[in-house]
Parts: sequence; structure tokens; C-alpha cells
Amino acid sequence: MNWTKRAQEVLRRELPYEDLLPSELPAYVRSYVYYFGVATLASFVMLVASGIVLAAFGPQWWHVSAVGHFFNSLHFWTVQIFFFAMVLHLWAQFFMAAWRDGRHWTWVVGVVLFVVSVPAALTGFVSQQNFDSQWIAVQGKDAMNALGVGGFFNLLNFGQMYGFHIFIFPLVLAILIGLHIVLVRLHGVVRPIDDPPPVEKGGRPR
Amino acid sequence: MSDRQRRYYRGVAMKPDDLLKEFTWALGIVLVLGILLAAVFSSPDEPTLTAQRVAKVEPSILAGTMLRALSSQSAIAQYGPPYNGLNENAQAIGGFSPQVWAGVQIPVNAPTVFVLRPLSMATALSPRLQSALRAYEDASGAQQQQWVARVLKVLPRAKYAASGVVLPQGSYGPLPAMMDGYFQLARSGLLESAINQNGSVYQTDFTNALLLLQGQAMGAAATPLHMLGEQWGMMREPDNYPGAVWLWLYTALYQLPPYNSSSAADLMVGLTIGGLSVLLLLVPFIPGLRDIPRYIPIHRLIWRRGADK
Repeated sequence: MNWTKRAQEVLRRELPYEDLLPSELPAYVRSYVYYFGVATLASFVMLVASGIVLAAFGPQWWHVSAVGHFFNSLHFWTVQIFFFAMVLHLWAQFFMAAWRDGRHWTWVVGVVLFVVSVPAALTGFVSQQNFDSQWIAVQGKDAMNALGVGGFFNLLNFGQMYGFHIFIFPLVLAILIGLHIVLVRLHGVVRPIDDPPPVEKGGRPR
Repeated sequence: MSDRQRRYYRGVAMKPDDLLKEFTWALGIVLVLGILLAAVFSSPDEPTLTAQRVAKVEPSILAGTMLRALSSQSAIAQYGPPYNGLNENAQAIGGFSPQVWAGVQIPVNAPTVFVLRPLSMATALSPRLQSALRAYEDASGAQQQQWVARVLKVLPRAKYAASGVVLPQGSYGPLPAMMDGYFQLARSGLLESAINQNGSVYQTDFTNALLLLQGQAMGAAATPLHMLGEQWGMMREPDNYPGAVWLWLYTALYQLPPYNSSSAADLMVGLTIGGLSVLLLLVPFIPGLRDIPRYIPIHRLIWRRGADK
């Protein structure tokens, strides 16, 4: 079996480009609620971009440079925008019951994304190298230790936390975001609760 | 559009859309908003709390920290896993204690790590400290603890001068000289470096130095910044900047019974939040929970009947 040909066939069948990047959407997709998801994605891209600048100059830079402090502030406020948009997106999808009609994995990946975002932000707070990071690290260690993970995931170990923050968590988030978007596009936007899909033979909605 | 989606959207009016343009607009708006917030509000950067600053501003706290470390009565000496094997002090709910199961993974011998080893590094610069440290280490454990207990008793009446710590008259063995050496080390700014010293030029793990000041010293510094746990400090930054506001529920649990009076609060809160996260994850599969949106018709504000056609 030719793996590459097989992959081509599966992708052509399961994820045609007109579903991946559609040029028309259902007319009911007209509420501002639909922008929370794309705002979360845009914030993540901004976080990566500002994070790359901060990482390139090193963790001490922003303490001694006005330009560095500005980039830190941009990173700091974009985190707030990221979580604000993500939480609104999550609750909007909850009240739209967006997991209907076979979209349960999209919801599951979305919740995992939210859960992983929390330690991603935490490792950023403890990598700041100021009193804030000292305090959060010594307070947070009790929670990690109580749950039995503090010996490995040591908030007081700057090198480990910095590595998690600038590489491991962004990589995991990027993979999950990619998967989430592919699932969203694969299934399309869910229909309104009051307008379910037509039931086909066998009684199963398609 | 694929056949699958065509079947799903049967009877639904479609309209032209441009996802790439929408994403570009979103990126632009987030960029402008981020720049505006950064330019107007900046971001907090409270300097680190150092032993040097504690020695100057709160010398009694540093003296207490040193003596409690020597007596093995410090919070870290009594902590349990992952720092030492005092399993009885670990957080547990009945027999359920992941902290105990994980075991000692970051061993910290408080007297050695926080006091004796840093002082031994400074002995080369101070013959008085060298002989004091030798006398302390040569004494029996009972004798050492007697000296420490005596100093702890008179500590509230101690005076802190530039030349050293002045204790009321008494028999404290070599401890006054050791305290002077400890304060000199702290005031010079070398104490954390001595505590963290791992025999290498390179160092990225500051666990031990952070643990030294983790109790009273950091608590005293965090209080005016409104960052204590009971001040909802987990979700805020210094100067009332927003912090991890998404942790509001996690923070709120610490304020409520039975969490706020439990010795296993961290474990209980962690398990509660973990359980709620799993519940949120499984919403699509749980009858009743997945039907909530049908009964709270917020969806009708999003999908207005007739407006989509």
C-alpha cells in the first residue's frame, strides 16, 4: 500500500478544501458570538509573536529595557484578551449546544484547550523573574505538591518553567488549536437548536 | 461544499463569507487593542524580594527564618514530600494522598541548605565565623537545639545593628557569631547565590533560595500588594493589575467552607476543579447536562428565528 496515496485519498474524501476554507456559510452565522473563536485564535497568534520577541532577547531583557517592557505589556494584555475571548467562546458554544450532530470531539478538544491554557499562562507568570513570579511559585507549589506532581512540575525551577512556557505549552496549544479548527471545518457550523437537520432513512439525522 | 455538509445544510440559506479576511481583521483588532492596553496601562514589575532587603527592612524575620531552619521547625523542614519524608504532614483526605505516593523528589535538608552550607562558604572570609561554625558542628544535637531555643526565646528583644545582631545577655554558644555571619552574607547580596550553589557556573533552578523566604518574609511583602490567598491574590497581580482572572472559581473555593478550614485545602480544591473540568469535558455525553441549553434559551438571542432566511 502506498501510504502517501492513501493519505491523499483520505484527505480528499474527509477534508476537501472547500470544507476547510469555505467561501459561503449558513445565513444564520451572522451573530457577533461567532467572532469569539476567531478572536481567540488571533490572540494566540499575537501571543506567539510577542513571545518570540521576548524569548529572543532573553528573560531579563524586559526588566532593563523600555522596549522590552512594552513587549512584555503587549504579551501581558494579549493573555487577558486571549482568555476573555476563549471564555466567551466556550460559554457561547455551551449555550448553543454546539456539540450536537456529531460535534462532540470538537467540544472535547476545545475544553482540553482551555484546561491546557491555564498552566500555559501559569508558567508565564512564574517565568517573569520578579516578586510576582516568586510569590506565585511559592504559593502554587503547595497545590502542585498536594496533587503529587510538584516533584516533577516544579514551579520554583525557573529553567523547567521557562522551557514549558516558551516551547512545550505553545506547541501543545498549537496542535490542539489546529485539531479544533479542522474539526470545526470538517463538520461545519452547527445548526440552530430550533432548526435540527432533516432526518434521513433509518431515523438518524445527517 | 462536500456532499456530507450539503446534506446537513439542506433547507438552510447560505451566504458568501470570507474567513481569511475575518481572521486578518481579528488579528488587526487584537493587535491594536493589545498595543493600546500596553501603552496606556503598561504591566506590573515589582522587584524580587531578596534576603538583602529582608535583612534591612525586616531583620527579625530573617533571624527567625535562620533559627527555625536550624531547629528544623521551619515550614519547609516540616513540609513532607517532595522535600522530606514527614508523610504525616502531607495533605491527605483519609488515606488518599498523592503527595505521599509521589514521595521525596526534591530533598531539602533545611539546616544544611538554608544555613550551614551558605555559612561554610563564607568562613574563608571570616576566621570568627569559621571557629563559630566548627564549634556548632562539633556540639551534640541536643546542645545545638538548646542554643537555638534560647536565642528564639529572646529574639523579640534582639537589636539589629550594622555590626551584627545584639542579643540580651545569655549563653548562646556560637550562635551570635553565626547570626552575624548570616546577616553579613544576606546584606552583601550573596545569601541566595550561596544557597543555590550547585558546583557549576550555570544555574537555572532557584528552588532552594525561593523556599528560604517562602513563609513569613514573602507573606509580609505580599500583604500590602493584596496578593494573599484570602485577598483573592491568586487572580490578581501587584497594584491591582488583573492576573489569572480565569481562576476565579479556583480562587473562590479557597474562601469557602469546608475548603477554607481544611489542612488539605489544596488537595480538595484541586480535586474539585479537576472533577468539574472532567464534567465540562463530558457535557455532550451526559443526559440532562447536555440539555441545559434547550431550557435556557440564550440560543434564541444568537439565532433569531426568521432572521436567517
